[in-house]
Amino acid sequence: MSVDNGMSRRAMLVKLGVLLNAIVGVFLAVPIVRYLLSPVIRERQVGYESWLSLGALEQFPAGQTRLAIYRNPVVNAWDGETGDIACWVRNVDDQKFQVFAINCAHLGCPVRWFAQSNLFMCPCHGGAYYQDGSRASGPPERGLFEYRYKIEDGKLLIRAGEMPTPGQPVANKAGGKTTCA
Amino acid sequence: MRLIQRVGDWFDLRLQLGSPIRETVQHPVPRETASWFYVFGSAALTCFMLQIVTGILLALIYVPSAGEAWNSLQTLNHGISLGWFIRALHGWGSNFMVAIVLIHMVQVFLFGAYKFPRELTWIVGVFLLLVTLGMAFTGQVLRFDQDAYWGLGIGASIASRVPVIGPWAVNLMLGGPIIAGATLSRFFALHVFVIPGLLIAFVGVHLLMVLKLGINEWPMPGRIVRRDTYLQEYRELTHKQGVPFLPNAVWKDILFSGFILLSIAVCALYFGPFGPGGQPDPTIIQTAPRPDFFFLWLYALLSFLPPSAETPILLIGPAIGIIVLLALPFVAGEGEKSWKRRPIAVLTILLIAVALGTLTHLAEHTPWSPVMDAWSSQPIPSEFLQGRTALERRGALVFQGKQCHNCHSLDDRGGQRGPALDGVALHLTEDQLVRQVIQGGGNMPAYGKNLSPAETTALVAFLKTLHPASQAPARDASRAAALGASEVSPRP
Repeated sequence: MSVDNGMSRRAMLVKLGVLLNAIVGVFLAVPIVRYLLSPVIRERQVGYESWLSLGALEQFPAGQTRLAIYRNPVVNAWDGETGDIACWVRNVDDQKFQVFAINCAHLGCPVRWFAQSNLFMCPCHGGAYYQDGSRASGPPERGLFEYRYKIEDGKLLIRAGEMPTPGQPVANKAGGKTTCA
Repeated sequence: MRLIQRVGDWFDLRLQLGSPIRETVQHPVPRETASWFYVFGSAALTCFMLQIVTGILLALIYVPSAGEAWNSLQTLNHGISLGWFIRALHGWGSNFMVAIVLIHMVQVFLFGAYKFPRELTWIVGVFLLLVTLGMAFTGQVLRFDQDAYWGLGIGASIASRVPVIGPWAVNLMLGGPIIAGATLSRFFALHVFVIPGLLIAFVGVHLLMVLKLGINEWPMPGRIVRRDTYLQEYRELTHKQGVPFLPNAVWKDILFSGFILLSIAVCALYFGPFGPGGQPDPTIIQTAPRPDFFFLWLYALLSFLPPSAETPILLIGPAIGIIVLLALPFVAGEGEKSWKRRPIAVLTILLIAVALGTLTHLAEHTPWSPVMDAWSSQPIPSEFLQGRTALERRGALVFQGKQCHNCHSLDDRGGQRGPALDGVALHLTEDQLVRQVIQGGGNMPAYGKNLSPAETTALVAFLKTLHPASQAPARDASRAAALGASEVSPRP
């Protein structure tokens, strides 16, 4: 066996070693990436949203807009109070309701309801909305996010579970009406 | 003494670090660089080391759990001996670090230090700025209070606007569907493992290049950087007229670093720790979230951008900024270094400083936000009520009761979202006032559905009184002509 052959054999073994590590690397990368992406691929077909109750209808008198609080359907034991989410419930006429997300459609700050002027106002960048959730003024490009709702056994149920954000197709489907006040 | 020498020799025989260290600290530097202008890089490093030490100390107590983080911060502040001081050191250390990194960057830019052959040093420096800001933002999240919670909401709302992958970006950032435990855990991992790891690696490369390429010489007007001659010129500067880094230059670095540490400690002692603010309970909506000092300018910018331009500017703006910074040494890698011969460079710095300063100042006053409690806490000054009719005073009540005061000021009290109304009757006639109240417009909501005709009449009657006594209110001249010359005053 010549020296040259020995060198090439060792170079070959180095390459083999690198190849083995590359294969194992790919093999390990798949579960790592899957693990990192779990918030996105987590049974996406079902999604994060589900129907949950905001309580008896009597809590929401006709013609008024009231704050309601629900426990998010997807929570961990250590989430503490961050799992409690607020929303605004507007009882239009006992037949029709509107349930608005607490998050401003601009950048997600908590909007406050002012019953005297029938406006929602945002403390962050000055967005304002009419009582039906449509945009009144300020930087928001659209109206407040609306939850889908239904009434069952005298209780108000909404479909919720995910923080609404401007880029979300679900949120845009439900809300964003440009009705005039 | 001889024992110490022998122990030292014993280690050096095995480690063999003595001579490279001696060589490094005594390497020659250009004489003029032993200057107070060259101390900011080492001061930034000193801040970073303080942050590592205080960060580890805080991690002994802090609980990165959404349910417990706020309580553990309270324990740090009140339950652990001098826990508040360690928190204050870490918080103030962070502010000083960002400030010094920015000053260092401005100095490097104005002294042309990014030019050949130090392009890569500058580029790594840009990454160091980004990871430093990343540390500042993630650190603000770990102070898990209301500002942190809603700040994450703002971050998620911005991320959601990325085309196509927006909703997934939100879930990835939050670690789930809402801001909760998983969100805090991943920001903890970023703040404590990922970004510090990057920071240490970048600092290592940055420092290595400073040593290998030598510190930037003092820029002299007229001394032009050329790729083919610079290295030779720099060699002459250092080897013929240079001075050893230790002790000629290093004493200023050491003194300044000590001064900075002292300043951080004094600030920590005097001002105390930052927060935490209110509990991170999203059902408490009586809150006005605002970011930490170094992100205030962004907060102001977000309220001034026109809605239609906001998303593209938010998403493309930072990318353009970073690309400009990274491209700088390639576009201007040669030529004049002295700021005295680079007026555009100086103007750029001034412009950025004025813009950031103005936006930060505005964000501290938030004139764009309604004063949420002005209607109930800030009465109309009495001079606006004296000598008014019953109808006009009724209008003043409507003004308060319908929260007009939240956005409009009278005598500098109330909101500044809309224009001050002290002299509104000078600009708008009665009909224009009615139209503005009912239909809104110009960023004002329409109140047509929220005011009865009687309330509108009273409110407009009050608004008509808002003009200086010496100046007549606005009137519609055509109305007088249409109704006949005898009737000069508008409809009663």
